[in-house]
Amino acid sequence: MPRRRLLFSLLVSVAVANSRAATGLDHTPVDGQWMQAAKDYANTRYSSLTEINTSNARRLVPAFTFSTNLKHGHEAAPLVIGSIMYVVTPFPNTLYALDLSKPGAPLKWKFDPHPDPAAQGVACCDTVNRGAAYGGGKIVYNTLDGQTVAVNATTGQEVWRAHLGDIKRGETITMAPLIADGKVLLGNSGGEFGVRGWIAALNLADGTLAWKAFNTGPDKDVLIGSGFQPFYPQYRGKDLGTRSWPPGRWKYGGNVWGWVSYDPTLHLVYYGTGNPGPWNPDQRAGDNLWTAGIFARDVSNGQARWFYQWSPHDLYDHDGINESIVLDITWRGQPRKVLVHPERNGYVYILDRVTGEVLAAKPFVYINASKGVDLKTGRLIPNPKKTTGMGKTVYDICPTASGAKDWEPSAYSPRTGILYLPHANLCMDEQPVQANYIKGTPYIGANVRQKPGRGGNRGAFTAWDVLKQTIVWEIKEPLPVWSGALVTAGDVVFYGTLDGWFKAVNARNGKLLWKFKTESGIIGQPITYLGPDGHQYVAILSGIGGWVGSIVSNALDPRDKTAALGMVNAMHDLPAKVRAGGRLYVFRVR
Amino acid sequence: MSFAYAKAAASIMASLLLVACEREQRDFQTPSSGSPSGDHYQRDAYDVAQGKRLFNWMNCSGCHSHGGGGMGPALMDNRWIYGGKIQQIYQSIHDGRRNGMPAWKHRMTDQQIWQVAAYVRSMGRYLRKDVAPGRDDAMQSGKAESRRERASAIVPSTPP
Repeated sequence: MPRRRLLFSLLVSVAVANSRAATGLDHTPVDGQWMQAAKDYANTRYSSLTEINTSNARRLVPAFTFSTNLKHGHEAAPLVIGSIMYVVTPFPNTLYALDLSKPGAPLKWKFDPHPDPAAQGVACCDTVNRGAAYGGGKIVYNTLDGQTVAVNATTGQEVWRAHLGDIKRGETITMAPLIADGKVLLGNSGGEFGVRGWIAALNLADGTLAWKAFNTGPDKDVLIGSGFQPFYPQYRGKDLGTRSWPPGRWKYGGNVWGWVSYDPTLHLVYYGTGNPGPWNPDQRAGDNLWTAGIFARDVSNGQARWFYQWSPHDLYDHDGINESIVLDITWRGQPRKVLVHPERNGYVYILDRVTGEVLAAKPFVYINASKGVDLKTGRLIPNPKKTTGMGKTVYDICPTASGAKDWEPSAYSPRTGILYLPHANLCMDEQPVQANYIKGTPYIGANVRQKPGRGGNRGAFTAWDVLKQTIVWEIKEPLPVWSGALVTAGDVVFYGTLDGWFKAVNARNGKLLWKFKTESGIIGQPITYLGPDGHQYVAILSGIGGWVGSIVSNALDPRDKTAALGMVNAMHDLPAKVRAGGRLYVFRVR
Repeated sequence: MSFAYAKAAASIMASLLLVACEREQRDFQTPSSGSPSGDHYQRDAYDVAQGKRLFNWMNCSGCHSHGGGGMGPALMDNRWIYGGKIQQIYQSIHDGRRNGMPAWKHRMTDQQIWQVAAYVRSMGRYLRKDVAPGRDDAMQSGKAESRRERASAIVPSTPP
């Protein structure tokens, strides 16, 4: 049975043990906490807690709620360390600390970093924040205006602050940082503003810069040196980060706004890079390295180890920033250290995380934008019928610009061997047009109308057998699924819908166990923890927004089918279904 | 056809022509910076058409799309955070606004800013039907400005 051979990586416990040693804050068993947005270095979002299980999930009831009083998209994962829950809001990025040891979890303190309001104008796709990370007694997170702040987890006092992003260039920061090896890893957003992407490591102790690597440009900026050993020949050669672009055009794209994974044994961090700019592909002939791909870097100095490109010369805004889940598997009889990566272009990739070799790439949705991945060359095979170009309108491209699956992270259970995929089912019409680079303004060059994909259901929650590379079960959702997923050892999977339902389903067969209607739409990341009372809780932020929900949070007008880069056309009915407003919900079984 | 009849017909034609020409009537006096007298731009189809081109060239459409909004607010509806009069729109473009609208005073001439402001007014069809643009050069985003229902009276709004 292949499932038995699927060894769950020990990285999880290593990660937690490391952080725990550094804190002294926690009074609960190790897996009762949630210290990073993705739960662990491996990005599994799997909890070994079992109190809530398939037989009692139907008895889930709200334990307490907490309003953020904000009307933008709430994409963050709450954190729980010891008896405190931490919630980061969208702009103005307030950090709330709730005291879980008291009835109703009252506010213990709040921290306001006062980001520059002008940042709201350069935030593509709403003023979201995807969460914080905990390490060394500090809560660390990014602000929309490009700052990183570290706050004392006990007192709420600011410890340090770094300012790496420049909103005057359209550079914001929305991602949740990852804390690994005593460093805070973060990158910039701004792929729609012609911002040059980078990842940086700040020293957790004082916020000073340990290293910074760009994802375009000459090798010295990209931190490509003698240790760079990519698997495929197309990534070998000097300064490909400039030579795979028209002269001087390499300064746009490759942003880092998604998920970072870490393998402490290999000492490597893994992260995806965003789309090249502008969207109009005719303004940037070439493969546009190192955009729309994945880097493995040495965590201590940032030096690149390998790279792989999901979408060479990206035609469709297919950022490569989705989560890569760190697993150790047996593949064709051999033990392999891999990354499992559900990509915006519609394939679930399995990559050897030591070498960067693609072991498999199978579609999890209907795809016509490409014809597959050539496992010999590693290259995506484009579909000439759906190739876009200046002034040309191409109809019914699947998946759409926001992808088969956007940033909303999946969860992996070692008990089932299944990857739980929240995703969309959208296609688009696209017409590239001339984009002019004007600093601090959008650099896009495309008219887009998005629309429902095959079958009419705009989203789905899909259980994907990692080794068999097949769908085990699938829940069709009328709206795109834009929340993260959570899976537990109780074999319960949690996710939320855009019309506000928070759902618990059976991890083995997808059967609905329980659902609860929240006040707004859900685009947050569910987490679970053990409260100070020894009981298991599940938490989720509700609050519509993000790219998908901007029609509600930004009050957009659906008469313009191209509004919000065409997303409004696909989501025109959302304002009738859901209202804006952020609120934390926490549940337990009665 | 009698001479008198032809003369009458000619005068009707002439008056028709005059009316039709009015939509492209130019004013050769460019108002000075911050002048409240930009009203005439929104009576001139040429200025509005120029404004529409600039709206795309200057990446306004990157944030506001084709009036429905995106990163920036919708411009085709009747909700106006900083006011919907052409002078107020001019001010928003010229100086920028604190919640993210950049200032364009160093990137466009006054005349261009007035033209964009006039075009923005056409999105909610606050302009005369024959002055509002009638076609798109790009993929259809919806009804042309001239074919839209006029937005109802301007209501003040706060940033969403």
